[in-house]
Amino acid sequence: MNSEHIKLAARNVDLWFGAKHVLKQVNAAFPQNEVTALIGPSGCGKSTLLRSFNRMHDLVPDVRIEGKLLLEEQDLYDKKASVTQLRKRIGMVFQKPNPFPKSIYENITYGLKINGVPAGQHKEIVERSLKESFIWDEVKDDLDKPAMRLSGGQQQRLCIARTVALRPEVILMDEPCSALDPLSTLKIEELIIKLKEEYTIVIVTHNMQQAQRVADKTYFLYLGEVIENGPTASIFNDPKQQLTKNYVTGHFG
Amino acid sequence: MHIQARERIDGLVRSLIKATGLIVISILGGIFFMLLWNTVSFFIHVSPLDFITGTQWNPTGRHATYGILPLLVSTCLVTLGAMAIAIPLGIGTAAFMSEYAGKRLKNILKPAVEMLAAVPSVAIGFLGIVALGPGIARLTQLSNGLNALNGAILLSVMSLPTIITVAEDAINGVPATYKEASLGIGATKWQTLTRVTIPAAAPGIVAAIMLGVGRAIGETMTVLMATGNAASFPKGFFDSVRTITATIAIEMGEVPYQTTHYYSLFAIAGILFLLTLVVNMAGEYFVNKFRKFHSA
Repeated sequence: MNSEHIKLAARNVDLWFGAKHVLKQVNAAFPQNEVTALIGPSGCGKSTLLRSFNRMHDLVPDVRIEGKLLLEEQDLYDKKASVTQLRKRIGMVFQKPNPFPKSIYENITYGLKINGVPAGQHKEIVERSLKESFIWDEVKDDLDKPAMRLSGGQQQRLCIARTVALRPEVILMDEPCSALDPLSTLKIEELIIKLKEEYTIVIVTHNMQQAQRVADKTYFLYLGEVIENGPTASIFNDPKQQLTKNYVTGHFG
Repeated sequence: MHIQARERIDGLVRSLIKATGLIVISILGGIFFMLLWNTVSFFIHVSPLDFITGTQWNPTGRHATYGILPLLVSTCLVTLGAMAIAIPLGIGTAAFMSEYAGKRLKNILKPAVEMLAAVPSVAIGFLGIVALGPGIARLTQLSNGLNALNGAILLSVMSLPTIITVAEDAINGVPATYKEASLGIGATKWQTLTRVTIPAAAPGIVAAIMLGVGRAIGETMTVLMATGNAASFPKGFFDSVRTITATIAIEMGEVPYQTTHYYSLFAIAGILFLLTLVVNMAGEYFVNKFRKFHSA
């Protein structure tokens, strides 16, 4: 266990929205090729933590971050670091499926174009990433159709395909199944487990079963603090803290 | 209140609302038929072909000629010129306001743009005569600056508030999730704006442009004051022009009723109506075309 390689880490991170202290001295480490789940009641800061890794808070005025967020020892908030380069290395899948109002094909090639991938490779990468996201068979004949015409579950898999097309190192998922039906959820979960062979995955989820099904490690957050973390099985079956126990057994949250 | 009384009021209100709707529709219909009726009367006297292809508008000469081309070309010239200025400026301002400007700057810009819309057209025409005209004359070494360029610049100023307001609403209406998706895969703000936000806002932006065109085509007072009103065939932006609207405004007051000249003014108004209709329909077509990708 000690030999595992830490891909993404947060060290003593504090975050404020205006005067509101949202993350308090958060420490976290996400090992390579593993799925780590962030759980906790609404408003505990798990999405905020996730979004701070690919600097989505840059869009929000009045936000202040202290501490260090690291990708392979590179400071993500280093003034000299290129945000766009960083977001290419750390992909994100959002809560609500958000394909672009373009065709399925263009949804994938958009990211390739802006990152300067030669047009000659587009076709091949589109096919590969759609296959990796288990959606190729469903859409291969409709690549020029609007992505908005797909079902919610298909849209979310397309969004995952859009992310993996860029070969990121880390994929952040912010409750990727909360807008989906159980069957689509199952498909996405299978996909997540497949994807960890190649990528490091951090997933925020409200669904305890989901965390247990997909995650190797779990972090439990409460009111902006990491209360407990460890292998998923021990968090759910043998929590050390009373708070964690109350939450995973459904007493609150 | 008794149930019967409430139902009676409901019925009364329903017929009242129906009546207002019918009144508006019948006014519209009335205008349309008046236009059509008088246009048809005109075409009894002058052949439609001569009207459409004629290059001279001289209804008061000894041999009256009713060629709409110089007027039509004038209107198109001024409108196109206005749009060439107003579209990039308007969309740029709208994008700046919704994507780049800070809260405080936005709070100043938005009322300023709305105030621009409140400036009466006669005041803008006045500026054209006393400020813009002499300026153009000096720069181009012409005897005066009352020409198509002057009108186009003034009309662009007048259509800017419409274009900015509608386009800004459209850009603001693009869901934040699109922008997040684009930024999330490494796009810059500029790439996100030009490749995701503006295309997604395209229906609204096209509507903004069409409203702007409509504003420019139909505007009368400003062009009347600033374009010189020579009804000869314009050769370029530095020629004096006379638009359809200005022609109607100038001649309608002095024309004897029920003459060919009188009917001819309805005919050119009819053409103006058709022009606006085509612009609106083209706008509608593009809006639908873009909408296809939004909600299937």
